[in-house]
Amino acid sequence: MSQFLLSLICGISIGIIAGYLGSLMLTKRMALIGGPLGHLALPGIALALFYQFNIFLGALLSIGIGAIFIWYLKVKTEISMEALVGLVFASGVALSFLILPIDKAEAALVGDISLITFFDLLLTIIITATLFLLVKKIYSKMILIEISEDLAQVEGVNVKKYNLLYLIAIALIVALEVKLVGGLMTVAMFIIPAASAQNISRNLKQYTRASTIVGSLSAFLGIIISRFTSFSAGPLIITVATLFFILTLIFKR
Amino acid sequence: MEEILKVKNLFVELEGEKIIEDLSFVVKKGEILTILGPNGSGKTVLLKTLLGLIPFKKGKIVWKDQIKIGYLPQGLTPVKIKSLPLSVKDFFQLKQKNEKEIERVLNLVEIRSQILEKRLGHLSSGQFQRVLVAWVLIDNPDVLIFDEPTTGIDVGGEQTIYSLLYRFWKEKQATVILVTHDLNIVYKYSSNVLCLHKGSLCCYGKPQQILTPQSLEKLYGTEIKFYKHIH
Repeated sequence: MSQFLLSLICGISIGIIAGYLGSLMLTKRMALIGGPLGHLALPGIALALFYQFNIFLGALLSIGIGAIFIWYLKVKTEISMEALVGLVFASGVALSFLILPIDKAEAALVGDISLITFFDLLLTIIITATLFLLVKKIYSKMILIEISEDLAQVEGVNVKKYNLLYLIAIALIVALEVKLVGGLMTVAMFIIPAASAQNISRNLKQYTRASTIVGSLSAFLGIIISRFTSFSAGPLIITVATLFFILTLIFKR
Repeated sequence: MEEILKVKNLFVELEGEKIIEDLSFVVKKGEILTILGPNGSGKTVLLKTLLGLIPFKKGKIVWKDQIKIGYLPQGLTPVKIKSLPLSVKDFFQLKQKNEKEIERVLNLVEIRSQILEKRLGHLSSGQFQRVLVAWVLIDNPDVLIFDEPTTGIDVGGEQTIYSLLYRFWKEKQATVILVTHDLNIVYKYSSNVLCLHKGSLCCYGKPQQILTPQSLEKLYGTEIKFYKHIH
């Protein structure tokens, strides 16, 4: 299979699931959590690039350690979540530049689809398919939690369990996104499709569909354009998504 | 009448602070119990504890077996979910309800089914609250627990909500536990009133006995004029 096809299939799969899950992130007012998670991934990506092991694993490992670190600080101190996120943001970036010199950090920061291997493709397809089914299953419950946690709980929804599942799903997708768009822009793949969909949807079905379509189409077009130009795919994917967003503003309901 | 709920020597603490202290009461089938008390007296905490949303420290809460509870929390407004592209129909479908059931319950709260395609966050406060009531009623609960269901609604809308609830209560022989500040409503509909003051039982009885200037002053710490209307 050619490198181009590999990255195209990976990109579309990730675009679909990021758009789908993003539609929950936007409504859960947790839109920005994908950002810090991406930055948490940076040191792991840097290590993976430096020691040449799988970037996905590196990213996932450092997200995991970082998330436990944040959780620990949140429990042990009274520091606000915003401050913790700021702290993590900066230290994640700093640490990765110490591991990886800045002139070699491009792949970590904005992604490099030429690094996608057949193993990555398999991993991506298995993870995105599993997560798609999972998110589909918890979707209506997550919406109910968003409307009111108390209401959801009375309806028998285990709020803590679903929030945890949801966070794990986000962390996994962020780790997958890294090769595609790098550690700096992971949040955009969640937020921009969902925000575009929000502009043009009147109900939940339209909303999730539109978000999924914008997500996958942006990845598809970004990778296609990068093949015929000298630009890297990551920034192109995000730019295409932004153009979609601007387009939806015109048709805003 | 059979007992639906029995609360005995209930103690609730939140972050080390005592919220409910040594509270005991019984709710019987078909009763409308109003919980009255100033802000911060523990009314909402009590409701949430009864629902199992907040753990309690000591005491007993015993619901009758196999009872279905419908709950309307406090402070849910359209503004809070404005950004959510959720139609009224989607909202009911979160409970996996079909159109026939939705229509039946919308009739009950006197709302036309054209509203189904509208976005939940775009409704007026009055419509929104009625939709919420319908959402709770659709499961045909045996017990309704409503926490200030008319906050943010004008007087007319408020009357409508309460008369709808009253009708459901009458038809279904439901049991209602209600928090409200509206003394007229308390007087008109309640079978019993339970007053909470700093988490303890301050008075309990029929509204005619409770809604006197003396006991209201004891409860709210200031003179309250309440005019009994003759209907």
